[in-house]
Amino acid sequence: MSAARPARRDGAPPPGRDTVRWIDERAGASPALKKALRYVFPEHWSFMLGEIALYAFVILVGTGTFLALFFESSTADTTYHGSYAPLAGERMSLAYASTLRLSQDVPGGLLLRQTHHWAALVFVAAIVAHLLRVFFTAAFRKPRDVTWTIGVTLLMLAVLEGFAGYSMPDDLLSGMGLAIAYGVAMSLPVIGGNAAFLIWGGEYPGTHDFTTRLLTLHVFVLPALIALLIAFHLAGVIRTHHTQFPGPGRTQRNVVGAPLWPSYALRTLGLLSATAAALFLLGGLVQINPIWQWGPYEPYLSTNGAQPDWFLGWLIGGLRLMPPLEIHFFGLTWVPNPFWGGAWFPLAVFATLYAIPWLDRRLTRDRARHELLDRPRDNPQRTALGMAFFSWVALVFFAGSADRVLIRFGIPYESQIWFARGAIFVVPVIAYALTLRICRELQRSDAHPLRGWSGRRIVRTRAGGFAVVEPDAAIRPRRPTGR
Amino acid sequence: MSGWRVIVAAILLWLRGDRRNPQPPEPVDPRERRVPFNARAQLLVAALLALAGLAGFAFATLYLISPAHETQWLGLALGVAFALLAAALIVAGKAIVPQEVAVEERSQLVHEQAEQEVPQLIAEGAEGVTRRGLLASGAAVAGLGVGAALVAPAASLGPNVSRRIDDTPWRRGVRVVDERGRPLRADDVEQGTFVTGFPEGASLRDLAAPIVIVRLPPSTIHLPDGRDPADWAPEGLLAYSKICTHAGCAIGLYRYPSFRATQQRPALVCPCHYSTFDPARGADVIFGPAGRPLPQLPLMIDPSTRELRANGGYSASIGPSWLNVDRGGA
Repeated sequence: MSAARPARRDGAPPPGRDTVRWIDERAGASPALKKALRYVFPEHWSFMLGEIALYAFVILVGTGTFLALFFESSTADTTYHGSYAPLAGERMSLAYASTLRLSQDVPGGLLLRQTHHWAALVFVAAIVAHLLRVFFTAAFRKPRDVTWTIGVTLLMLAVLEGFAGYSMPDDLLSGMGLAIAYGVAMSLPVIGGNAAFLIWGGEYPGTHDFTTRLLTLHVFVLPALIALLIAFHLAGVIRTHHTQFPGPGRTQRNVVGAPLWPSYALRTLGLLSATAAALFLLGGLVQINPIWQWGPYEPYLSTNGAQPDWFLGWLIGGLRLMPPLEIHFFGLTWVPNPFWGGAWFPLAVFATLYAIPWLDRRLTRDRARHELLDRPRDNPQRTALGMAFFSWVALVFFAGSADRVLIRFGIPYESQIWFARGAIFVVPVIAYALTLRICRELQRSDAHPLRGWSGRRIVRTRAGGFAVVEPDAAIRPRRPTGR
Repeated sequence: MSGWRVIVAAILLWLRGDRRNPQPPEPVDPRERRVPFNARAQLLVAALLALAGLAGFAFATLYLISPAHETQWLGLALGVAFALLAAALIVAGKAIVPQEVAVEERSQLVHEQAEQEVPQLIAEGAEGVTRRGLLASGAAVAGLGVGAALVAPAASLGPNVSRRIDDTPWRRGVRVVDERGRPLRADDVEQGTFVTGFPEGASLRDLAAPIVIVRLPPSTIHLPDGRDPADWAPEGLLAYSKICTHAGCAIGLYRYPSFRATQQRPALVCPCHYSTFDPARGADVIFGPAGRPLPQLPLMIDPSTRELRANGGYSASIGPSWLNVDRGGA
């Protein structure tokens, strides 16, 4: 057989026509199939981030289904008799014991549990990276503002889903997380006490109903909601097509790129496989959340240096940074302290994210439909304001690791927290000014800092002075030279 | 010109930078189609696919046959299988199949004709309706009532908070025991250590149960007004609720100076958000986010057995604050 294009004998129907006919006779779908095969994807590496999130979700559902076949969601007492010797004879909950059995005694159980956990971390990380890409290229503008809103909701649900999953094994870390969640629920102004009692079925650590609720939430309600919203999100993408960066032949009216069949389909399936490869390698080779080392949870136990999954770090940071302010008068406590860091802060962040398309419309006074992306430098104000906002969130996030810094480097937590309390006001201003300046400089010089050196050089002359050497456009290297 | 004006002007200039208008795009037809005819790439993809299959078989074999079920080998085999598959698909996508840049026209989103017809169609549905206000009020009542009926079952999720939350198992005379139920004696608590105690016979999972007990030199103790050290801190023994008044974590850390001249006072510290309490002063908040002190439990020492007993209930509500929390005068 030659490597030439497939030969088609005159008159003979192309292979596969019978299948298409079979579908067509039942669904009339061949025009839609034809359109789907020719659906055009603009090409840019940053458009892959959302796909990675999607594929991580696929792996979460697959591995999670396996875990659900073994996990027992119950805080009923049991005595451990499994193969992990250091805990032999310990009293613990069924939830903890079944997670131990899954990790230590079920063949392949630990691989799938660890892969599930890694996939959760990658899922949220990919969503955040995707969100930043969409923000800084202004892909959230009309007609994609609703798609953006669905995406922000997906991020919120993903964080909740991750927290619920991490809370289920009833190990020391998950218990500490739930205790804080209870404290935050109690702190909601006025309704807090009853809200917490409705969620936990009574005073913390709650009744047996609570573990059932956690399971229902984690394996049914939230995944179903996430899947539904992913469907809406993708429907929004398909209806409006991807955005594209400006370039030769690219306009507001068209979309230029690779059609789905065959090249793009193969490459995106390659990305699915690569995501699976990375997650299974992480799940097999890099230990995560070894709950047998944390031990079972009791409300009177806690440990220092305990870090939750990364996507909760900003909440820990928010709770830690808040000074001891509690609003109480007339004998009632109207705003308990955890409200500020645990409820107000995340609500403010999400409210800002939701408001971004509308804020942008107000600030730019631009209500037009946009299919061509901005580069971050094209709108310095947006990019700089975004950097200020995200650097603020990132700082609070890093303040969440004060305990690790204390343990690793011995820096007292008071100094770290006082530093962060000041930095959250100063750093966003610096980030704003610096970004604005960099964007304007890039606009002026039209340089690509990632593609090649284009700045001026300062050279020391023989006489001992300094001279500025302007780069000659003709000999300017396009790529960094191997210096 | 004064110095600060120069600085402000310089900052403004620096911030403003320069602007340049982007050039208008030239009309170009970007369409192209290239068929690679790459025999070596086809060989490579076939080899990668075969290797991916081999790695997959290796995983299955290892899973079914190996008695040890080594997580690392399993993860490596499955990860390598997918990595090879990914490599095969990407090489195939980039070097075997036709490479095409296509142009698709975006669909029209705005349909002016239909936009006018839709509201018209909806309005036509109300043709012949004369008592709109009445019907709307009826619908509102129905909506509210049925909505309330659908939401009401949520009330069975949990009890009313105020009836239960301030019950504690601590009463005057209840013995203090450790987590295995053994009575704690006054001499079990030394200076510089901290001991977790529970009320005898209570559930360890009850938030009101755990207390931390520390011993401080009586001369350093300054309790709030109304707490007589004889009733609240016999022999310098102090007991506080172990549940942080910030977010409900257990107070797991006791910061005790090893060199009093330069180090900070003894403090009870919650590892979750670093609320820091001064046990010598009624567990006042000296750092961190907690909005009120830890509730104190008065202690007494049994004169004959030296066992610790509660000398009453807590000085305030235990656990995280909420609307009706008893702040104990703090």
